[in-house]
Amino acid sequence: MNDPAPSQDAFESALAARTAPLHTGSKSTRVLGVLALVLLVSLLAFALVITPPEVSQRDSFRLLYLHVPSAIVSLYVAFAITLVGSIIYLRKQSVFWDLLAGAAAEVGVLFLGITLVTGMLWGKPTWGVYWQWDPRLTSTAVSFVLYAGYLAVRKLDMDPVVRSRRAAVLGIVSFLNLIIVRYSVQWWRGLHQGQTFDVADTQMDGVMLFTALLGVITMHVVFAWLVIHRFRVAWLEHQADEAGLDVALRERRAEGANV
Amino acid sequence: MLRDARLVASKDLRVEATSRVLTTQVLPFALLVLILFGFGISPDQQVISGAGEGTERVAILEKVAPGLFWLAVLFSTLLAIGRSFAIESVDGNLDALRMAGLDPAGVFLGKMSAVLAELLVLELVVGLGCFALYGPPLAHPVLLVTTVLSATLGIAAAGTLYAALAAGLRVRDTLVPLLVLPVLAPVLLAATLATEAALFGPDGDGWPWALLLGAFAVLYTGAGILAFGTLVEES
Repeated sequence: MNDPAPSQDAFESALAARTAPLHTGSKSTRVLGVLALVLLVSLLAFALVITPPEVSQRDSFRLLYLHVPSAIVSLYVAFAITLVGSIIYLRKQSVFWDLLAGAAAEVGVLFLGITLVTGMLWGKPTWGVYWQWDPRLTSTAVSFVLYAGYLAVRKLDMDPVVRSRRAAVLGIVSFLNLIIVRYSVQWWRGLHQGQTFDVADTQMDGVMLFTALLGVITMHVVFAWLVIHRFRVAWLEHQADEAGLDVALRERRAEGANV
Repeated sequence: MLRDARLVASKDLRVEATSRVLTTQVLPFALLVLILFGFGISPDQQVISGAGEGTERVAILEKVAPGLFWLAVLFSTLLAIGRSFAIESVDGNLDALRMAGLDPAGVFLGKMSAVLAELLVLELVVGLGCFALYGPPLAHPVLLVTTVLSATLGIAAAGTLYAALAAGLRVRDTLVPLLVLPVLAPVLLAATLATEAALFGPDGDGWPWALLLGAFAVLYTGAGILAFGTLVEES
C-alpha cells in the first residue's frame, strides 16, 4: 500500500509550528544589507575613480582593492568559522554550528574564486601571463579545490546526521591541510625565487591606504550579510525536512488510530 | 589498539593474497602509467642542465623522473584505498568490525598499515621501472629510502582517512580523488623535491623535505586515529 503524500497544508502548518520566521530577512540584516551596498558603491568610487593609479603597476593595481580583501576574508575568516563550527558541532551536535560551518565555507569558496580570478587578471598586465607559479596563487588554487571537496561532501545524498558528522571532520582536517599547503608551497617557491611582488615596495599614499582599508571593511560586511542569509536558508531547509518528518509521523499515528 | 590493528591489517593482506586485485590490476596500471608518461613527454626531448662550465644536455624524462614516479604512485593510491574500503562495504563489513568490539583507532591503523605495505611493494616495482625506463642516477640511497618510507606513510594515512569519509557512498569513486588529491598535493611536492635531491644530489637539499614528509605522516596518522571512530559511526 502506498503512503499518501503529505498534503501541502499539513506540511505548511507543521513548518510554521516549528519555527517563527519563514523568511531570511530581518530588521538588522536589512540595515546590514544597506550598509554593505553603500560600502560597495563607495569602494567602487574610491578604487576606480578617486585613487590615483599606482606608480609602477598603473591601473591594474585597482584590482587589488578587491583581490586582497577577498583573500583575507575567505582564508582567515570564512574557513576559520568553518573550523570552529565543525569542532563545536562534533562536541555538541548542534545543528546551528553545522549549518554555520557550511554557510561560511560556501561563501568562503566564492570569495576564494573572486581572489583567484582577480589575481589572474592582475597577473596578465603585471607579469605578462595569467598564471605565474607564485606561492600564494598556487596555494590558493589548491585551497579552492580543497574546500570545493568539503562543499561536495555537504551536498551528498545520505543520512543528514552522518553527513554532518563527516563534513565536520572534513572541516577540521581541511583547515589543517590549508596550513600545510600554504607553508609547503611558500617554502618550495621560496627556494627558487623571491616573492614576485612585494607589498612593502608599493608606494601607497593616504587615499590609497584608505581605499585598501575600506576594501577590507566592505568585504567583511558583504561576507557577513551573505553568510547570515545563506545560514538562514539552510536553517529553513533543515526545518522543512523536519516538518516533512513531523507530518509523516503524524499521519502514521493517525493510521494506527484508525485501525 | 595495536592488537586490533594487527588483526585488521593481516585480514586485509590475506584478502589481497587470495584476490590479487592489486598485483594483477593496480600494479600493471602503474607500470602502464610510466610508459604513457614516456608517450606524453617525448623521450627525445632534452633540457640543458647545470650552470656555467658544467652544462650538459639531459633527457627531460630523466630530469622529471621523480615527479612522474610520485604521480604514478598517487594514481595507484586512489585505486588501492578504493579497494581497501570496497572490501568493507559489502555485507556491512564495516559495521561488523565495529560490532566485533574492535577499537576504531585500531581498525584505522590496521587498514592504514595494509595500504602502506601494498604501496611499498608497488613503489618498489614502479621505482625499478622508473630507473629502467627513465634512467636517472642514484646519488643518495639513504635519503631515497627515508623519503619513500615517510611519504608513503603520509599517503597511506591521509588516503585511509579520506577513503573512510567516503565509505559506503554510491559516489565514492568520483568523490575520493577530489578529496584526496588536494590533500596529497604537498606530499607530491615534498616527495618529488626530496627524491630529486636523492637522485641527482646534493642531499642537503632533500633532508628538510623528508622531514616535512615525516611531519605530515605523523599529523595524518594522529588525525586518523582521532577521527576514524567518528567517521565510521552510523547515526
